[in-house]
Amino acid sequence: MARLHEFEGKRLLSGRGLEVPRGSIACSPDEAEAAAIALGGACVVKVQAWTTGRKALGGVALVETAREARHAAARMLGMQVGNFAVDRVLVEERVEIARELFVSMYIDDAARAPRILLSLSGGSGVEARGDAAMRLECDPLDGVNEAELAGVLRRSDLSEPEREAVAEAVRQVFAVARAHEARSVEINPLAILRDGRVVAADCRVTIDDYAVFRHPDLGIEIARELDHPPTVLERIAYRVEQADHRGTFYFAQLNTKPEIGSKGLVGFHGAGGGGSMMSMDAITNAGFTIANFCDTSGNPSAAKVYRAARIILSQPGLCGYFGSGSGVASQEQFWSAYGLAKAFWELNLDIPVVIRLGGNAEDRAVEILESVGATVPATIEGYRKDDPPRKIADRFAALVAGSVRGEWRSRRARVPAFVGSARSYAINGGTVWLDEASCDAEATAMVVRHGAGLFDSREGRPALAVGEDELRSKDSELIACEVECRRGGRPVVFVELEIEGLD
Amino acid sequence: MAILIDESKRVCIQGITGREGQARAKLMVGYGTKVVAGVTPGKAGESVEGVPVFESVADAMTHSRVEAGGDLDISVVLVPARFVKSAAIEAIEAGVRLLVLVPDRVPVWDAMEIAAAGRAHGASFVGPNTLGVISPGRGVVGMIGGRAESARSWFRPGGVGVISRSGGMSSSTAYYLGKAGIGCSTIVHVGGDSVLGVRIPDAALMFEKDPQTEAIVIFGEIGGSMEEDLAGLMREGRVTKPVVAYIGGKAAREGTRFSHAGAIIEGGKGTHAGKVEALREAGATVVESFGDLPEAVLAVVGTPPQTE
Repeated sequence: MARLHEFEGKRLLSGRGLEVPRGSIACSPDEAEAAAIALGGACVVKVQAWTTGRKALGGVALVETAREARHAAARMLGMQVGNFAVDRVLVEERVEIARELFVSMYIDDAARAPRILLSLSGGSGVEARGDAAMRLECDPLDGVNEAELAGVLRRSDLSEPEREAVAEAVRQVFAVARAHEARSVEINPLAILRDGRVVAADCRVTIDDYAVFRHPDLGIEIARELDHPPTVLERIAYRVEQADHRGTFYFAQLNTKPEIGSKGLVGFHGAGGGGSMMSMDAITNAGFTIANFCDTSGNPSAAKVYRAARIILSQPGLCGYFGSGSGVASQEQFWSAYGLAKAFWELNLDIPVVIRLGGNAEDRAVEILESVGATVPATIEGYRKDDPPRKIADRFAALVAGSVRGEWRSRRARVPAFVGSARSYAINGGTVWLDEASCDAEATAMVVRHGAGLFDSREGRPALAVGEDELRSKDSELIACEVECRRGGRPVVFVELEIEGLD
Repeated sequence: MAILIDESKRVCIQGITGREGQARAKLMVGYGTKVVAGVTPGKAGESVEGVPVFESVADAMTHSRVEAGGDLDISVVLVPARFVKSAAIEAIEAGVRLLVLVPDRVPVWDAMEIAAAGRAHGASFVGPNTLGVISPGRGVVGMIGGRAESARSWFRPGGVGVISRSGGMSSSTAYYLGKAGIGCSTIVHVGGDSVLGVRIPDAALMFEKDPQTEAIVIFGEIGGSMEEDLAGLMREGRVTKPVVAYIGGKAAREGTRFSHAGAIIEGGKGTHAGKVEALREAGATVVESFGDLPEAVLAVVGTPPQTE
């Protein structure tokens, strides 16, 4: 997640010189008690969770003794806040707040620039009280407009030392945002203490997903915005995405059960951001609940689409598999068809499949996809750009209604018997197996014909026509060869692809 | 007319010798775009699809002045995401006035730096994360259509301006309009990111001024404020041509990002309902189902405009 917890954000702020209350993080009541003792007993205990209104949820406790801090932590740890379970609390010194302000850095999409939002009367609901908040221009490199900042503070009722301290805090907020490429940094409240100090009493920081690669120090495991902690499958999918940058692969789990009154839980496989969203709306409008959102697009490799399908089909309870993108894709659609065909065969699919593969080379793509139907129990239908999403959603509903088989039970993928003993070559992310023993003249000719120049015929058997190094990156071509040979009735090639964490 | 791209614009491709660069050069040249130069540092002297390759945008600019009768108008940037900022700023500083930033995953602070450089030099940009812009029968920049022959058969010229936040859906929208007999002046994929150079309201203002364009079709999405800003222009009377829109993401929920960096509902803002309401109040037609777009467009433009 590219959102940081309060304590993580505070570390960044104090690193830039903005003062934060003294404190430490605790993962157990023991640790909380020890932290409270270090602070002299009286302290604040706060859940670390991505939510607003923690106080109302009982997520903030003002305590007088270390013993009470221990009890508060025991109550909070394990609390469920939204979809997140609390596994850490922040134990902090209690500060005597004289006045609360609000300061945030956000990105103004209309101005294409960062902005500082400053309110001299902070607290909750500040965004709604738009009139009291001032928006200050910033340059992405030079920071906040100093003249504007000085003017705003001059017109305020703050004392001279307070003005200087608040101005410095604003600069530090910008500096943190700039240095760590945040999409937003929000300090609410920025507290002026009775002793005159200005501290960030709370903060929320979100880092730009696309910049996370430049900030390994932040320890962000999954740079994705989700409204729940990443699931096992989301972690697996994210690793697949990171390991293969050919095209986009985006996967998020949304539901594990159909909603009440729904026609069923659907494994959803979109293509293209907008096309996926539009298709998700179409299948939802047709009365279904989608288990997951998925988008493979931008000319993805067959291997990436294969892995996406395997991950989607690791979700139990699906009534069917529905795929659709924009319908008029610029990419050559048969690569996706090969990836899907391989996954569906391996899993011996037995739930209805409707996939719209409209776009370049759509006829070939549909033919490849539908050919798998001959080898598995499922009904598999492919559609083209002239088939609108609503029509295929209705067709999917009809297939699901007529399906006599039950819900999908996730299962192990099947592999041909020759895997493990036949000739093999290492490729990126897996191994390709070639069943030489079964290669008569016909099978050999098939491998050569569908092998994209990777194989030729030597002594009546297929032999590598390229160096083993060159072969490594040809996973898509090899998947195509495997699927074509199976279609031709001579399944002598098999591409074994690893999906870390799934097998 | 048309907006942003036509047959007269002199185009440069940065990263032309790369995998994407070569493939997209083929499309652009094949479709008839006036591609006068390519740029890849270290590959000067080579050529791709008959387009000469230069060391820098400044060298490409000199070539364009000498051999093609004037400045480069547009540079299409097809380099890996992390190099987009320096490539874009190089082009802006060399005097190119319009950039098309195709790559996905450009960091948002890089996009803001590009925007700042653009403001300083009077340049604008489409993207990042854009499939590009196509004016049917005139020219294409980026990768809309994929192949020249597909682009020719999918998109027909006419009087509707298409603005989309989705690449695939910009093709799809124009294709289904074409099937209903409605041609397009220009199809603009503004990009899927949160900070974009040419935003939906900017493109709408260009279509407002374009005599060829009679109506504007929007493929919008949840998140951000571009659809609401367009509604603002309509209320102010700055966009008066009919607007027909579809907003994707009705089934999306708050706090989860749906593929595009810009497609996230945060703090209750950028919702499907909010966008639909803003546009309807401003007088736009908003369809509930994507498939209803062509019919709704026919209702506002009347019989299909004569084309070709």
